[in-house]
This record gives sequence, C-alpha cells and structure tokens, in this order.
Amino acid sequence: MKNYQCLKEIQADIQSGQISCKTLVLNYIEKIEENSGLNIFLEVFKDEALESAQKIDQKIKAGNAGKLAGMVISLKDNICYKGHKVSASSKIIEGFESLFSATVVERLIQEDAIIIGRTNCDEFAMGSSNENSAFGIVKNPISSNKVPGGSSGGSAASVAAGMCLASLGSDTGGSIRQPASFCGNIGLKPTYGRVSRHGLIAYASSFDQIGTFANSIEDTAALLEIMSGPDEYDSTLSQKKPNSYTDDIVQEVSSKKIAYLSCYVNHEGLNPEVKEKTLAIIENLKQKGHQVDEINFDYLEQLVPAYYVLTTAEASSNLARYDGVHFGYRSPQAFDLLSTYVKSRSEGFGKEVKRRIMLGTYVLSAGYYDAYYSKAQKIRRLIKERTQEILKDYDFVLSPTTPHPAFDIGSQNEDPIKMYLEDIFTVQANLVGLPAISLPLGITKEKLPFGIQLMGSPFEEGKLLNFSQYLININ
Amino acid sequence: MGVDRKTVDRIAELARLEFNEAEKEEITNDMNKMLDFVDKLSEVNTDGVEPLVYMLDESTPLRPDVVKQEISQKEALKNAPQKDSDFIKVPKVIERN
Repeated sequence: MKNYQCLKEIQADIQSGQISCKTLVLNYIEKIEENSGLNIFLEVFKDEALESAQKIDQKIKAGNAGKLAGMVISLKDNICYKGHKVSASSKIIEGFESLFSATVVERLIQEDAIIIGRTNCDEFAMGSSNENSAFGIVKNPISSNKVPGGSSGGSAASVAAGMCLASLGSDTGGSIRQPASFCGNIGLKPTYGRVSRHGLIAYASSFDQIGTFANSIEDTAALLEIMSGPDEYDSTLSQKKPNSYTDDIVQEVSSKKIAYLSCYVNHEGLNPEVKEKTLAIIENLKQKGHQVDEINFDYLEQLVPAYYVLTTAEASSNLARYDGVHFGYRSPQAFDLLSTYVKSRSEGFGKEVKRRIMLGTYVLSAGYYDAYYSKAQKIRRLIKERTQEILKDYDFVLSPTTPHPAFDIGSQNEDPIKMYLEDIFTVQANLVGLPAISLPLGITKEKLPFGIQLMGSPFEEGKLLNFSQYLININ
Repeated sequence: MGVDRKTVDRIAELARLEFNEAEKEEITNDMNKMLDFVDKLSEVNTDGVEPLVYMLDESTPLRPDVVKQEISQKEALKNAPQKDSDFIKVPKVIERN
C-alpha cells in the first residue's frame, strides 16, 4: 500500500477504484501486527473497524458518505468510545468499558471516520516519554531505542509508523506537541474551550484539551472543523461558532508579525541543531518580508513550576474518584471503607501518578494553599496578561517545540524535575489557553525529527493553520 | 519550606494513599525536590494580582435543569468491581453492636 499522507489522496484512490476502505484497514492492521513490538496499541478494534469499513465502502458507492470517509484514526487511551475499553494506561481502571462516547468521537464517526484502536500513553496523561504506562513503554518507530515522547506517545507513534492516518490525543502541558516533535508529525492543541472535553478522562481540567496528530495541515483542519464547537456536556466550551478551518487554508499569506522569545531561543538546554534550525527559519521568514522580532519574557522560570502546582492540584481532585467502590480496581485486601480507598488507590496507581497526587494534595492543604496554589494562580494571570500583550502586537509566537529531539529510553528517569523540564516551551500555551501547533520542520544529522512550534491568538486556529501550511511550504 | 516524614504521612492520609518505608523515603525526597523547584514562584511579586481561576472570557452558558435517565441500572453495574443483580457490593462498613 502507498504510504498515504493525507485524506485527499486516499479519497481520490477510493474514487478511482485503486483502494477500498476495507483494504485500507487491512493494510493498517497488518502494519500494526508487524510492529507490535513497539507497543503502540493497547487494543486494536479489528473486526469492528473492518465492519465499518465495509459499510463506508457501500456509502461511498451510494454517494452518501461523510466528509471523513477513508480516514482511519486511533484514539489515545484516555478518550471514551462507547462499548470499548478505556484505561488511561492505568491498572486502576483496567478493564473498564465506557458507557458513552466522547463528543469528539461521536462527531468523527458521524462523518464516517473509522476508529482502529486505542493507543498507549503515560498513565493518566502524566509524563513526557510514555515510560509511565502501566502497560509498558512505547518505542519510537523512527528509532526504536528512543522514546516517542508523551504523554500521547502511542498516538504520535501510530501516525509516524503508518498504522493509521491520524490520531486523537490530549494536551495538558505539551502532551500532543512534544510527541509530535519526537515522532515527526503535526500536532495541534486547540484553544482551551474550542473542543469538547466530554469523554476525556480528566487530568487537569483547566489545562486539558483534545487535539490531533496528522501528516498534513489539511487533515488537521478537517478534524478540527468537525470536532469543534459547543456541546451541552461541556460547560467550559466557548459558544463561538467554529470556522470552516479547511477553507482557511488559502495558501496565501500577507506580511506577518512574528515574535520569538529570547529566553526560549537562548535557553541553555537547547540542542545546537534545534537552535540552528530555529534561527534559520527566523532568517528565512525575514527574507520573505515578514517582521520577526526577539521579545523579552520575564516568566520563563515560573512557567513549569506554575504548571506543576496547578496541574497536580487539579489532578489530586480529579483522581479522587478512583476509590475502588463503583468501578475500576478494588484491592483484594479491602476489608472496610478506608482500606477500600487506601489499598485500591495505592495498588492501582503508578508511581508518577501518586507523586503528583501527593504534591497536589500538599499544595491544596491548609497552611500551604496560599503559598503555592493561590500564588500559582496569580502567576498564571501574570503569564496570561504578558502573553496576551505580545499577541496584541504579533500574529504568532515561534519557538522550538522541544529543547531536543527524542532521547534514549530510560535516560531521563532518575530525576522527575529533569523530565518536567521537557515541557519548558509547551506549557505556556496551556497556562494561557492558547492554540499551538508543532510542525515537523527539523531533522538532525542522526535523522531524528524535531518540531517547530507556533502559538496563536485564542480561537484563531484558522490563521494558525494557514500560516503553518505556509511555513511548511517555504521549508 | 520542606516536608518531613510526618507531613508526608498527613498528606498521604488526606490523599488516601499509603507507602511502605522505602517508598516513604523516596516520596519525601521527591516532594522536597519538587517543592524546591516550584519555589521559583515566590520570586515574583504578585501583590494586588487576582488569582486566575476561570480560563474563558465568556460566561458559562446555562441550560434548563431537566432530569434525564442517561444510563440504565444494568449499565451502572457493568463496571463495578463487585456486585449482585441489583447493587454494587462493598466491604462491610457498619459494625454490628
């Protein structure tokens, strides 16, 4: 089978009779099975995907297929799909079967997307390397001794390995963009409030957003267009009508104003090849007549700390529901109410999850609330105001997505702080709620991909995607 | 501010978690590292700054409060770790006098 990069190619080949949805799904399944050692999928919905493919082939023949007919998608294992297992890669809800579908899944199926399976991720989306899964690490398909990034590592890897055309992930501090950077695909985190979180297993509710992995801007736009917009099951959504994002990709770009933060580009941990590429892109944009300015940003050192205080606090509250009573894992040692809670949680959660619940509980507890939690919320406001100020003057903020390309499996596990700093360039978008995208523009001498990030104004995904296409074209 | 074993015990109790001795030492250590790291927050003057709580500039939309039966009893019992035909079963929580 051709290594399809976008839906248009697939739909054209279906129309000309060169391929059917069924053959497409069979080919993807073969790819998944051949590479099962990478541990990308936790479950493949084989029979069902084939059944849907046959139905959609009929619909295509009858001329009444949906917009996404021919698109095969994987789901991060924290997005619910009715009648299917979902575990957030945690033992505490292993075997849990969802009673409803996430709004995004419903909308994609409505347009005839085929869901091929659920992908491995860091437990409860907590991690930057996919090494925190209760079901084993995921290997990067580009270089199997490297991590795929996290937390949506399996999703990014599934697209990179050609096991599906696109994937849904979730991004709380970079969990889509960082693995997209490490696996060489396009990862979009939409504006907070653009895409319904109904049916996403919550980690930190004021940060989490569902987004996409794809190989083309066109497919990214098509998916966003279908997933966006109000949903009565998520009251944190904007009531603004989403654009037809596919129509926003017009290939034409007027002269833009682009900022880059000096503290990002001059960051001491920045890999020289990543730095060189970022500066080359900046130079190229200047030559093409765009205004690109170096801007000061005073809160670099507060970004990740504010993120960790707030997300762990929210996680400690969100994860209180896993108590061994109504669903999920119950310890065989439970003998009364308290031991049901304590034993089930202590045996069911993995190490990193417990670490974050502990920190979150601490920063919310009496005596420390003001010094940490409330303080971080105030700094979040300052970061938001300063970022908005920058975006008043500039169309986009450009930076590397990650300080370096994918690292070796096991190389960063010693020190949790070191792993937390993986998110240094990505957390800003989540702290402020902005849309941001990672574009696969870089490649090292060792042939490892890395991403360039663009961050835009809230609810301006159309402009962001159009400029992304332009940036890809000129590179 | 650092945490000692006693604080870790108290936080674990609040979080409904338990750790063995070796884990306790590790989590105390990790929490202290994390707290050192987030101490960067104290370097910023936030006098007069309101905490940012709600991310959207728009107000929350309201809908009529209507009772809906969205899942059946059978579905509600489906994922329970222990159940009979009608109820989720739990270990005994009330002692008989």
